[in-house]
Amino acid sequence: MPALPLDEAGKYVAAAYLVFLTLIVVYVAIIGAKISRIDRELGELVELTDEEPAPGGP
Amino acid sequence: MYSKGSRPLAVATVLTVLAGFALVFFYAPLDADQGFVQKIFYVHVPMAIVALCGFVAGGIMAIKHLRTGDRSWDMRSYVAIHLSIILGTGVLVTGAIWAKASWGHWWLWDEPVLVSFLIVFLLYCVYYPLRFSIEDPDRQARYSSVFAIAAGAFVPINFAAVRLAEQVTHPRVLSQTGGNLPGEMRLTFFVCIAAMALLFVTLWKLELTSKHASAQLRRLRARLELRAEERTAGPATASLR
Repeated sequence: MPALPLDEAGKYVAAAYLVFLTLIVVYVAIIGAKISRIDRELGELVELTDEEPAPGGP
Repeated sequence: MYSKGSRPLAVATVLTVLAGFALVFFYAPLDADQGFVQKIFYVHVPMAIVALCGFVAGGIMAIKHLRTGDRSWDMRSYVAIHLSIILGTGVLVTGAIWAKASWGHWWLWDEPVLVSFLIVFLLYCVYYPLRFSIEDPDRQARYSSVFAIAAGAFVPINFAAVRLAEQVTHPRVLSQTGGNLPGEMRLTFFVCIAAMALLFVTLWKLELTSKHASAQLRRLRARLELRAEERTAGPATASLR
């Protein structure tokens, strides 16, 4: 097949690079969501330990 | 545990990826045969190479798990395979786009390189149902490691078999003579491979850090709940005496 003209080839190249970037962005977003969930749960645990009476206390 | 050295690694990854993109679009010459469409090569081939190396690395980590009994190696193996499957999805999609642009077809079933990669990809898709159908954590880790080793050994065998097969349409990139890439293209290609490998290691460490933190949090919660139960049960036990 002869080489595609630049305006037509550009669409394919853009699509391929967009697929790659989308995969990375979605992956990082999912990991980011997991880390924010860990942060929230950690905050809950800190609150829980703050409510506990100190050992040996009244 | 896993986050050590993550920051310089992330900086190196971003810089290498940006350098790779800059080389692809501003330095590497246009291909005489395919023209601008050939730029897909710089994302498609590094993704394929890193994905296949990730599968093999997953198998090596699984060997470490079976030899040492340390479950953290199973987790490393799982994350490497998981990331390789994500990259494999990218390889199949970008490959189909490139095939459509240069051959006029999304897929060719008589092309050994394409079909063999699809077989490897589908083989590893079986890893998830196998792993998550086993509830006992030790058995899950052991069976997953056995699968990762067997499938990891299949990857280079499959690669060699395809190299021996007659070339139909798909070009051969890596050869003993260094391929047919001119200097600028070869430099760009190697920078793109380095960028993809660094991206893989960065994301692998990021996911391992997240999984490790999550596991530690679960342990901490369980320990606090146990302590709270002991405290509420304590006075009741004391009054019975």
